[in-house]
Order: sequence, then C-alpha cells, then structure tokens
Amino acid sequence: MSIETISLSGRKKEVSNKKMTFLESLYLVAIVKGLFITIKHLFTRKVTIKYPEQVRPMSPVYRGQHMLMRDDEGRERCTACGLCALSCPAEAITMKAEERKPDEKHLYREEKYASIYEINMLRCIFCGLCEEACPKQAIYLTTSKKIVKADYDRGEFIYGKDKLVMPLEQALNNTKLKTAN
Amino acid sequence: MKVTIDGQTIEVEPGTTILQAARMIGGESVPPTMCYYSKLKGSGGKCRACLVEVSKGSDANPTPMPKLMASCVTGVMDGMEVNSIKSDRVTEARKSVTEFLLINHPLDCPVCDQAGECDLQNLSFKHGKSQTRYIEEKRTFEPEDIGPNIQLHMNRCILCYRCVMVADQLTDNRVHGVMDRGDHSNISTCISKAIDNEFSGNMIDVCPVGALTDKTFRFKSRVWFNKPFNAHRECTTPGCCGKTTVWMFGNEIQRVTGRKDEFHEVEEFICNECRFDHKDTKDWVIEGPRKFEKDSVINQNNYTRKLDTVVIETEKGILKGRDQDRKKISMPAVPLKKEEEQAFKEGNI
Repeated sequence: MSIETISLSGRKKEVSNKKMTFLESLYLVAIVKGLFITIKHLFTRKVTIKYPEQVRPMSPVYRGQHMLMRDDEGRERCTACGLCALSCPAEAITMKAEERKPDEKHLYREEKYASIYEINMLRCIFCGLCEEACPKQAIYLTTSKKIVKADYDRGEFIYGKDKLVMPLEQALNNTKLKTAN
Repeated sequence: MKVTIDGQTIEVEPGTTILQAARMIGGESVPPTMCYYSKLKGSGGKCRACLVEVSKGSDANPTPMPKLMASCVTGVMDGMEVNSIKSDRVTEARKSVTEFLLINHPLDCPVCDQAGECDLQNLSFKHGKSQTRYIEEKRTFEPEDIGPNIQLHMNRCILCYRCVMVADQLTDNRVHGVMDRGDHSNISTCISKAIDNEFSGNMIDVCPVGALTDKTFRFKSRVWFNKPFNAHRECTTPGCCGKTTVWMFGNEIQRVTGRKDEFHEVEEFICNECRFDHKDTKDWVIEGPRKFEKDSVINQNNYTRKLDTVVIETEKGILKGRDQDRKKISMPAVPLKKEEEQAFKEGNI
C-alpha cells in the first residue's frame, strides 16, 4: 500500500475527473435526490423552539441571572460583606454598604445593608463562586430562572439592585407556601 | 539563658517570657495572643490563648510543669524546654479556649468592620472548630454611644482589658473602664461620658476583636478592598509620632491606623487628630505601599508583591547535563561564537 492510498481518517475519497454521461449532465437525478433529502427533513423532529414564546425547562443546576434573596419576612438578606466581590474571579461585583436606620428594620435583616449592589453581566462568567461564598444565603444563580438577555447598549448590562433583588410578592408567596406545608 | 521552643534553641536575657522568646524565633511556634500586648504594661494572662506545655522546667529542676502555662506571663528559666504547636495537649487546649471565647461572640463577621484583620477570626480559623456546641442564648448588651469617633459593640467584646490599659497608660484621665462583674462585665464610660482624650483612638488599634471600631470608617468599605500605604505627617500633638498606615480606596483615604507589625501590635501610638481628622491625601506624605503577610486577606487580589526567584535544589548539573555530555555534539563544522560558548557552558541554551 502506497502513501497516496492510505486513509488515516477512513474518509479519504479519490476525486475522479471522468466525463459525465448525457443523463448525468442534465443533473435531473441529482436535483431530485437533493430535494428528497430536503423534504425528508421537513417531517423529522425539530431541534429548535420558538424561543421568547417557548422556554426550555431549566436544569436544577443551571446558573442564570443572579437573584438577591429576601428572607421569610421579606427583608433583604444581603449585608454587603463583600465576600462575593472578593471571591469573584472576573471582578464583576461592586457594592456599597450603608447603615440601617431604626425605621428601616422591616426592609433589611442586618445592621448593615447594600445600598448599591451592581453586577457587570458582561464580566460575569456565571461560575457560581459568589453563591458559594455568601455567608447569608443572599445571592443565588439558580432561583431567578432567567437568562441574562441580550442588549444593544453595554451600559444596560450593569445590573443594579432594581433588577437583582427578589420581588417582594415572590418572597411573600414563598413564605405563604412554606407556612401552608 | 537558653530556652528551647519546639526544638529550636535560643539565647535570651533573664526576665524574658516564653512568648517573647517564641516571637524572637518566629514562625509557627509563636503562640496566639488575644489579651497580651507588648506595648502595654500589665497586659496578658487573661485569655489563655497562648497556653504552652513546659516539658522541662529548667536545668536545675528538670521536672515538667504539670499544667499548661500561659506563655505571656511565664518567665523563662535556663535550659527550659517548651512545646507549643508541636504538642497535642496545647492544640487541644487552644481549641477549647477558642470555643470559650466564642461562646458569647455574636459571629456577625459579615457586618463587622474588623473582619479581615481580626485576631479572634485568625485564632478560630487556625485553632478553632468550625461548628458550635453552644445552644443557650448569647449575652447581649444595649448599644451605647461613647463619643463621635469610636463605636462600641459590647456584644463582640472578649474582655481582654487592652483598651482599659491604653486609657490608663496613654491618656491623662481615664473615662472608661469595666463595669459590673463576671458574666455581666462590660466596657463602658461613666454615665455615657464621651471619650475625648487625645490618644483614646488607640483603643481601636489594640482591640483584638471588633468591639471598638472607627466611627469615621464605619461600613465604608471592607478592609481587604482598601490598599494600605505607609504615610507620615508633621504632627504637633506632643507624644505622637505622626507615622501611620493610611487605607486608600482609589484616591480617597478611608481610614488611618497605626502601623501594625507581624503580631498585629502597633509600632508607635498615634493621636486622635492623625487618626480621625486628616482624611485628605494632601495632609500626608505617602511613603509607599505597606507590606502584609502573604496569607492575609488584605493581600487578596494584590499582584504588586515582589516575587522571589525559585531555586530548585537538585544535585549539581541535573538541569545542565553531565560535564562529559556538555560539549557541542552536532554540527562540528559550524563552531560556536564566543558569547554562545559562554551561554552553552552555563547551560542556558
């Protein structure tokens, strides 16, 4: 066996330059063959879904958009300890802490809270280390069941507390469900 | 006097304590301290975190001491042999001491401003258990205002008395101290009298936990997001050296502290004016970045540290090859140039 004929991949094909017959040069058979393949695909199972209307079920270990959780009484759990920002390998998280005033006890769980909490979704690699580092179980990537959406403006990707904090109704609903069980 | 700590012998002056001798040796065998502070007279002996085992009393009387000794208040004897981290008894005792210190500690590190440079955090990380057996209610106090510059969190206090000694030894008239007794004892001022001594701010630096923190820095940032720099200024306060560490966030000075050494003790005490009133970079002459221990959280994400060249200790010539092999083997027709010959000899091709 010479080196020219060896096919290491097993897919090597010899290209021939033989002259086509008259029937072949009309291409009719080839066109029908090709169309048959196309039509066959019309009846097979589709691999895509109509995305915004239809959503695929999320895997339980899926990591999507972050959510800053509230506790059973609807107070924010985050105390701006900075461990998520410290653990973040992409340095996507920034925050600013503030002291809780006496009349805000129903809003924040601890003495200190995050007045500004921003995640740069362009930097975020969704590794989940912030979730692991959080000592207050405040940040989760699995509960929002949302994907970070595409946008035209880079500035829109810096998500503040308005987008990250769990909606109050959801927190109250969760508490209701918990007490019902 | 000769003393051996964890197998390492050192010659010390008479009157040195075991802890001071261990600090001269340095390394792993230095016992942790929560109440002892070398700059404060009479400190030590309260927390029991620095317990060591004396396996040989002295050359004159070689019987071992039956109980573990607090190394900060035990003087060395000639020929004494001490086991610190090497002894299982000591590590077990430190574990228990840590557990006792943490009984009434609120464990609010995510909120506490001291987190990251807290001695109790370091102690429990190194010597403590990661779970608690304490189910009773923790001791709590009403929050109390002790002035515009210093924040007191009595719940976090471990009653080391360092701050009281600062007030006794650095300021002219002490206005705070320890009230009540036993489980109820707490650091306080008399009838909430504000602390306004010129050196009272040093109690923030000496506090091993977050019981006394800087009100001007309260919740501003976490310590590991700040970059520490050595700085100094001409201070007119008598007794103040003006040499400090400033903690910067960008171009903003967020906090000023004394310079702390490897045992987290300030090198020199600074006055309240330096500490609280000068938060402008124009007031300070910045000397350069401050060095920290490699494992400190303050060094997190700090890549400016000088890296030492790695020296691989192997037998001679293992990287270069044997001497008889170290001659040009191929292409003898093309001889090496002069500088190439040198490089070839050194084996850096």
